[in-house]
Amino acid sequence: MNIRLKGRWWYLAIFLVAIALPHIVTSRYVGQIIIMGYLFSIATLSLNLILGYAGQASLAHAGFFGIGAYGVGLLTKGGVSFWIALPLSASLAAAIGFLVGLPTLRTRGSYFAISTLCLGVIISIVAGNWVQLTGGYTGVVGIPTPTPIRVPWTVEIRFDSLLAQYYLVLAFLILTMFAMHRIVHSLTGISFMAVRNNEMLAEAAGIDTFRVKLTAFVIADFFAGLAGGLYASIMGSISPSTASMELTFNWLVYLLIGGAATLGGPIIGAFVIPIIMESLQFLAQYRMLIFGVLLIVVIIYFPRGAMGAILQLGEKWRREWRKRQEEGPRVAASQRP
Amino acid sequence: MELFLQQIFNGIMLGSTYAIVAVGLTLVFGILHIPNFAHGHLYMFGAYIAFFLMTIAGLGFWTSLLASVAVMGAVGVILERLAYRPLRERPHIDSFISAIGALMILETSVIVIWGPQGRRIPNPYPGIIEVLGVTMSYQRLIVIVAAVSMILLLNLFIKRTTLGATIEAVAQNREGAMLVGIDVNKVSAITFAISAGTAAAAACLVAPIFIISPTMGALLGMKAFVIVILGGLGSIPGAIVGGYILGLLEAMGGGYLSAAYKDVYAFGALIVILSLKPTGLFGKEVA
Repeated sequence: MNIRLKGRWWYLAIFLVAIALPHIVTSRYVGQIIIMGYLFSIATLSLNLILGYAGQASLAHAGFFGIGAYGVGLLTKGGVSFWIALPLSASLAAAIGFLVGLPTLRTRGSYFAISTLCLGVIISIVAGNWVQLTGGYTGVVGIPTPTPIRVPWTVEIRFDSLLAQYYLVLAFLILTMFAMHRIVHSLTGISFMAVRNNEMLAEAAGIDTFRVKLTAFVIADFFAGLAGGLYASIMGSISPSTASMELTFNWLVYLLIGGAATLGGPIIGAFVIPIIMESLQFLAQYRMLIFGVLLIVVIIYFPRGAMGAILQLGEKWRREWRKRQEEGPRVAASQRP
Repeated sequence: MELFLQQIFNGIMLGSTYAIVAVGLTLVFGILHIPNFAHGHLYMFGAYIAFFLMTIAGLGFWTSLLASVAVMGAVGVILERLAYRPLRERPHIDSFISAIGALMILETSVIVIWGPQGRRIPNPYPGIIEVLGVTMSYQRLIVIVAAVSMILLLNLFIKRTTLGATIEAVAQNREGAMLVGIDVNKVSAITFAISAGTAAAAACLVAPIFIISPTMGALLGMKAFVIVILGGLGSIPGAIVGGYILGLLEAMGGGYLSAAYKDVYAFGALIVILSLKPTGLFGKEVA
């Protein structure tokens, strides 16, 4: 069995577990945590594209998530179908990302991080103060669940049960993963990494670095908006905290601890960390303290996070194993009297 | 006219604290090139230490201020050693992420120890005087005088002492400084101590005027970055002028325009200016 196929088996196994999961876990509470895990996985995957692959720390990510959430929330409340509101809102997030990216992506490194941070704060201030549109700090409540899909001649797929919502979010997560996989393994994805590794060199090699960064930023914002739109429809209510800095920082922690610039890392992070935090309820008060320490330790000692560490270990074992196989007969031969 | 003068006075007071905080950040960000995003949180932590010393330990205002400066100086040194020094050879963005970790630690520590609600430090000088119809409380005057003298002292320290010259040497050329025998690690540690200490001093000075809260550091830190970038990276006069301009802008905006959106103007201005000049108004080097 070659390594490629082995990897695919893994994917299949995880996929089957994800399909079967709601039938194994019947607790509504756990179900909701898992749905949130999927939603934040989508958000973290999109942050990974701009931060992990293109190397630009966009700290307005929750802002774009918020734009998607407010878009879907307000449109579906106004009677627009969810299936039209969702792509519209995600595109709105991408369009705003494009407009903001034009000026901010001219800056580099920590300058870009600071200007996007300012943008994130502006978005949450506007969400809190533009009362006529956003409802101010009380937010938008009573957002309808996703519009049912009517399949001709058969049944209607409705999304008002937790089970249906689970599969809906899972479908979008798989869609996002597929999209990310395709992007990262395309020429565009390779140019993202070239820009991350050395912008000057990439420029010298003929890559239009500004366009590459803008592409990564717009795609990342589209998926952040998508995650936000799903979130609004499933949670039923949103407030300016949906676009808060704390959310961006949470995803940053998930991403870095899970493993930046890997495809599995963001999902591991977005799943494992909230579940650990949820099971250690008595530590709730110290949550951000622990995150802070973890963030510093991980960035210093494991820049590629848990996924990176796993890959490294796997590599090491494979090498050891190969070495032992090669050395095996020789050792046996030399030990012969 | 009276409202105008009153807002000018308030703006100068606000600007004085911004100027000190921005000068501290300039030393670290502009000179050592460490994007210490936790700078505002050092300020916040300093205010809480003074709060603790004054209300629980019952020390006087000035004693608490000095003690807070000393404690935060030590915190600055520890921060540099643990969170930034290991990342010196790595891309800036790694230090920035490390800084986000540090600010989470500082903010959560304060919430765990003192709770999330706002606190008030007793005002040591409650009197007021009136000049030209402008109400000036003693505490606000003290803030202005103390801030200006601190800025002058800091400037003298950098320009006239050997230690100050060493810091400038490292800023100009790290390798060159190492070649002539300057211990770069020591200079980094001292710079961090000064930066955190001045932030704590600024925080203690204004603490009796405003309510202190664990979240006040985040916004101030961002404003300090805005000032430092606009004022030209590494330029101390730029940081001072920038601090006063932002203070006046905010006082005027808060007095005449919408107070809810006052932060939007400052941050919006940053995005616009950075888009025109990606290295800041007076910046010369690309980070």
